[in-house]
Amino acid sequence: MIHSLFLVNATGDIFLEKHWKSAVSRSVCDYFFEAQERATEPENVPPVIPTPHHYLISVFRHRIFFVAVIQSEVPPLFVIEFLHRVVDTFQDYFGVCTEAAIKDNVVVVYELLEEMLDNGFPLATESNILKELIKPPTILRTVVNTITGSTNVGEQLPTGQLSVVPWRRTGVKYTNNEAYFDVVEEIDAIIDKSGSTVTAEIQGVIDACVKLTGMPDLTLSFMNPRLLDDVSFHPCVRFKRWEAERILSFIPPDGNFRLLSYHVSSQNLVAIPVYVKHNITFREGSSQGRFDLTLGPKQTMGKVVESVLVSSRLPRVVLNANLSPSQGTYTFDPVTKLLTWDVGKINPQKLPSLKGSMSLQAGASKPDENPTINIQFKIPQMAVSGLKVNRLDMYGEKYKPFKGIKYMTMAGKFQVRT
Amino acid sequence: ETNKLYCTSVKCCIFELKAELNSDKKEKKKEAVKKVIASMTVGKDVSALFPDVVNCMQTDNLELKKLVYLYLMNYAKSQPDMAIMAVNTFVKDCEDPNPLIRALAVRTMGCIRVDKITEYLCEPLRKCLKDEDPYVRKTAAVCVAKLHDINAQLVEDQGFLDTLKDLISDSNPMVVANAVAALSEISESHPNCNLLDLNPQSINKLLTALNECTEWGQIFILDCLANYTPRDDRESQSICERVTPRLSHANSAVVLSAVKVLMKFMEMLPKDLDYYGTLLKKLAPPLVTLLSAEPELQYVALRNINLIVQKRPEILKHEMKVFFVKYNDPIYVKLEKLDIMIRLASQANIAQVLAELKEYATEVDVDFVRKAVRAIGRCAIKVEQSAERCVSTLLDLIQTKVNYVVQEAIVVIKDIFRKYPNKYESVIATLCENLDSLDEPEARAAMIWIVGEYAERIDNADELLESFLEGFHDESTQVSETHTHTHLQHVLHKHTQNTPDSDNPDLRDRGYIYWRLLSTDPVAAKEVVLAEKPLISEETDLIEPTLLEELICHIGSLASVYHKPPNAFVEGSRGVQHKRLPARTASGESAESPDAGQSVGGVSDAPPAVIPSQGDLLGDLLNLDLAPPSASVPVVPASMQMGVDLLGGGLDSLVGLHRPSGSQYIAVGLAGGTGGMPAGLGGTPAMGGGLGDLFDLGGGVGMATGSYVPPKAVWLPAMKAKGLEISGTFARRGGGIHMDLSLTNNAMSIMTDFAIQFNRNSFGLAPAGPLQVLTPLAQNQTIDVSLPLNTNGPIMKMEPLNNLQVAVKNNIDVFYFSCQYPISLLFVEDGKMDRQVFLATWKDIPSENETQYQIKDFHLNSDAASTKLQGSNVFTVAKRTVDAQDLLYQSIKLTNGIWALAELRIQSITPNYMLALKCRAPEVSQYICQCYELLLRN
Repeated sequence: MIHSLFLVNATGDIFLEKHWKSAVSRSVCDYFFEAQERATEPENVPPVIPTPHHYLISVFRHRIFFVAVIQSEVPPLFVIEFLHRVVDTFQDYFGVCTEAAIKDNVVVVYELLEEMLDNGFPLATESNILKELIKPPTILRTVVNTITGSTNVGEQLPTGQLSVVPWRRTGVKYTNNEAYFDVVEEIDAIIDKSGSTVTAEIQGVIDACVKLTGMPDLTLSFMNPRLLDDVSFHPCVRFKRWEAERILSFIPPDGNFRLLSYHVSSQNLVAIPVYVKHNITFREGSSQGRFDLTLGPKQTMGKVVESVLVSSRLPRVVLNANLSPSQGTYTFDPVTKLLTWDVGKINPQKLPSLKGSMSLQAGASKPDENPTINIQFKIPQMAVSGLKVNRLDMYGEKYKPFKGIKYMTMAGKFQVRT
Repeated sequence: ETNKLYCTSVKCCIFELKAELNSDKKEKKKEAVKKVIASMTVGKDVSALFPDVVNCMQTDNLELKKLVYLYLMNYAKSQPDMAIMAVNTFVKDCEDPNPLIRALAVRTMGCIRVDKITEYLCEPLRKCLKDEDPYVRKTAAVCVAKLHDINAQLVEDQGFLDTLKDLISDSNPMVVANAVAALSEISESHPNCNLLDLNPQSINKLLTALNECTEWGQIFILDCLANYTPRDDRESQSICERVTPRLSHANSAVVLSAVKVLMKFMEMLPKDLDYYGTLLKKLAPPLVTLLSAEPELQYVALRNINLIVQKRPEILKHEMKVFFVKYNDPIYVKLEKLDIMIRLASQANIAQVLAELKEYATEVDVDFVRKAVRAIGRCAIKVEQSAERCVSTLLDLIQTKVNYVVQEAIVVIKDIFRKYPNKYESVIATLCENLDSLDEPEARAAMIWIVGEYAERIDNADELLESFLEGFHDESTQVSETHTHTHLQHVLHKHTQNTPDSDNPDLRDRGYIYWRLLSTDPVAAKEVVLAEKPLISEETDLIEPTLLEELICHIGSLASVYHKPPNAFVEGSRGVQHKRLPARTASGESAESPDAGQSVGGVSDAPPAVIPSQGDLLGDLLNLDLAPPSASVPVVPASMQMGVDLLGGGLDSLVGLHRPSGSQYIAVGLAGGTGGMPAGLGGTPAMGGGLGDLFDLGGGVGMATGSYVPPKAVWLPAMKAKGLEISGTFARRGGGIHMDLSLTNNAMSIMTDFAIQFNRNSFGLAPAGPLQVLTPLAQNQTIDVSLPLNTNGPIMKMEPLNNLQVAVKNNIDVFYFSCQYPISLLFVEDGKMDRQVFLATWKDIPSENETQYQIKDFHLNSDAASTKLQGSNVFTVAKRTVDAQDLLYQSIKLTNGIWALAELRIQSITPNYMLALKCRAPEVSQYICQCYELLLRN
């Protein structure tokens, strides 16, 4: 099972360690540092590194490496999933997961880690249960604690941990009962030079924020459940009911949680909501290159494409770019060669464009690789897969809750080759 | 306040902290403990405060208690005497009315790795294991694993293991999950005791708990289920049905563990079952979904998908697109995706794949670009129809003039030339234009090979070569020069001898080119001759099937990430337990029961051999479906065509181009001076025929052609089979098993419609295809057929072990006979064990498994014996000479993964060999010994 955990920052310093069994010397991380040095980018550090006596399994999030040390055969995914859970918990507790935040809350961090694993076995990883055991630090509570001498640690047995609905604590009470569901879809796509789709798929999630009194039993049904052939559910969802009736039936956890995530595969037709017209050319022997980019909406069902951000890493020979955007602002970093263009909204009547020239290194030959354009965008009030919630009903409690459903489409890894 | 906690200079603080810890004010005490913990967390030594912190332990404040516990866990080991002070409080807390405190106390106590404390732990732990509160029970279950880690004997003596086993039937699913987890961990360091005794009842309990426990518990339970071997296909199906909902779990580790269970149990389902198809369809979406997770998860998923795709390509054959590379994927994800893309490439999707690969070849990352170019070459070799398109793609890439792309492209074009000779030579001119830019050894070697191979089509081949060689004189070293020299001299000697007889200009030219090359640059020559990969087959990097089967049983584990069996790398997993997929008709031979150890496949632990009575056998065989041979054209195995093709194959075949055995031979030759291996080419008497044999490839059983083949024997006399006489033998060629048959028609009428079928046998031998007798067998005619066999058939222990019962059908009747194969037929090519592993395994196998034999009347020296045996995949791992006797240590691996280790003692004074064999399945030893005799005598 998981032996130890080291937190390593981007500069290669260990700033926190936790051992669940006997202590493992910090020097085990030397193997990790070696790998870190070899990797050109921190993202490229391999997630599983063998050492003579241990295995190091790491995740890289928020510019911090979370390095777990294991000694025996343990499923690596188990470790990676757990590490991500640790990061999520920190974020949940401290608002951000940064080195500073972790150092500021080092005792809570230690208490949390102790509660999350026992002898390397996961103990309590559900945020609901953890919060019953260890209350998150808030400014108010810190003040109150110092005055009254009370503590962050809950005195009760975490009830949820033993019930048949371990994800929900008992005795929840709210004055305003509300249940919000966000349907968020991300499009991952590769578009080729000519504008046709190489591959496109949709990663969707339904995130919920449920604040309901007592033990509510909810059902959620869809207009077109057939879209969801590849789904992962929160453990609260009754799988049998879904299999039989295509209805989500569940007792929700208290607070924020991900009800389900789904995947609309590359075999289905995916609507691509933006198109790019591009003309990026370099000529042999010339010290100038041309750059011409125009964005436009398509298949957006009349919804506005907003928060558009275009980025592209230009070839090394590009010294500078002299461009003029029809809207928004652009920056070019001559060191990293990263061009970013903050476009904002796309107005279908007046398409945004970025045009101009690039100055190239004198005497250098024409670059071998063409830049890939990365696009981020958001389209509110639309789920690009066409998924629609039909109705949400509550059983088991008498009050009338306030219900809300929101849709949003975003770009995931959306890449256009040139 | 928080910044104060994160104190930078501890030394000055210790004194202050000490004072604060002893303060009367509760609040101050707590703050002080917090500061102590904060310092400890960042690795500062605050152990000097031990007595002061322990004094704070007796408190009603839960947080303070927890903090003190944290401190204790960290420092108890360094202050064992002091730690005793805490024992009383622990014991008291284990009786606390609050279950949270009871659990906390037993949990913390288990983390204190001090012997004196563990003694006091036993009683509280026993109580907690039977506590009325499940929260306490589940915590106590984990505590047993902790205690076992500290003192395994104590755990056994106190009977905690039995209590733990009882907890598997606990009413609370969380307790069940933790008990399973604890038992799994304990059994990892405890290979011989059957801790997780799985039977249909316990499986049912696990499956019930599976639905209700936490995600982590589900992983433990699924991994535990995967070790079970269902009794029959119905049980297998019902488990699969109850496991499939896990595929929709949000936790990817749960999904992958469920995939493991399904992949394994699926093996037992009949393929024509509807449910089998449904299950196949259900597996694809969750695997695809894993690829949209974080990159680290993707990586592990991809490594596993790589295995799954090799085992069951049909699952993901339509999902090619999800493996397309995004430019900001981490490099480790990119490389894995590329690998899987090639595995999934087929005629149907090759256009798309090639377009992608071409795109990747223009990316920035050099490693990735190189691999993409290589991938294009692999596609050409895998999908013949695409070869032309691949070549033109490669030419396009060469036109980019990007140095490393050009070099990589030339290397792969060479492979394409080798696979499809004389097809694409029109591109040679373009290749020659890029001669100057080649500066990498592999690319240089490839180019020289191409020029040499197609010398007759290049007008100025020798000029080209010479100019090419001049450039890298300076980097040529003398390493291994002699070997290369000798080797090539032999080669060329042969060539020059041949050339006068042969008026084939190709051959002569080629010989001169090599000759010139040799005299100018021996190192380059060596690269040219030896850089060849042994075999250009469709996929040279497929995982060997038995290993693949084992890895499928380990999906989701570290083994699956490294594609090595778990014993190969995890420390402390003593007592190797090989896992195997269950056979489809598994009739009770449990491949998994831990005591079976390495002896898999029902050899050692199958029920006592019951030879079916003749009547049964008849019934059995008569019911077999003897399909008439299909009308397809027989495919002559490549290895059989080889020998004839001396001119065309020429040097290439010499360096083992088409035949792995040939290359092995060269490798042996070159390793010559280094150790106890048979010395150089043509050097030793045993190899006297060496080169001659190589050139006389058609000439049957030279060393180079591999294993010993016994002469054909009559298996079915004509009088017993209405005029059909069958004689035959078994041979291992090019890593495959063949049954070579001669069918003679002694009857008065023509024989047609031949078919063959085997009864179950010890090693699962089965025909890999139909018996190809295409023309009717006329009177007095004899036909020779070679029937390829595999070892995927149903298994039943036979007596003798190597007995094979065969049914042959023709238009007249069905006939039965039995024959015996030399067990050396099953010795696989990768049976050479690493020295260290050999040593460890030898020690690990108990001495009661050792058998001694005497082999009389032998006069071979040890090198000759070693060479002879190696031809049949008996590998000499090490050699030792003690008191005028040579000791050869040899390893053998059977097709079903059984290893046999041998010590062969050869005395120069007496002509008798002593053979000591160690094997986890000692039944096979006597048959192996028989083979030793057989191999050495022939």
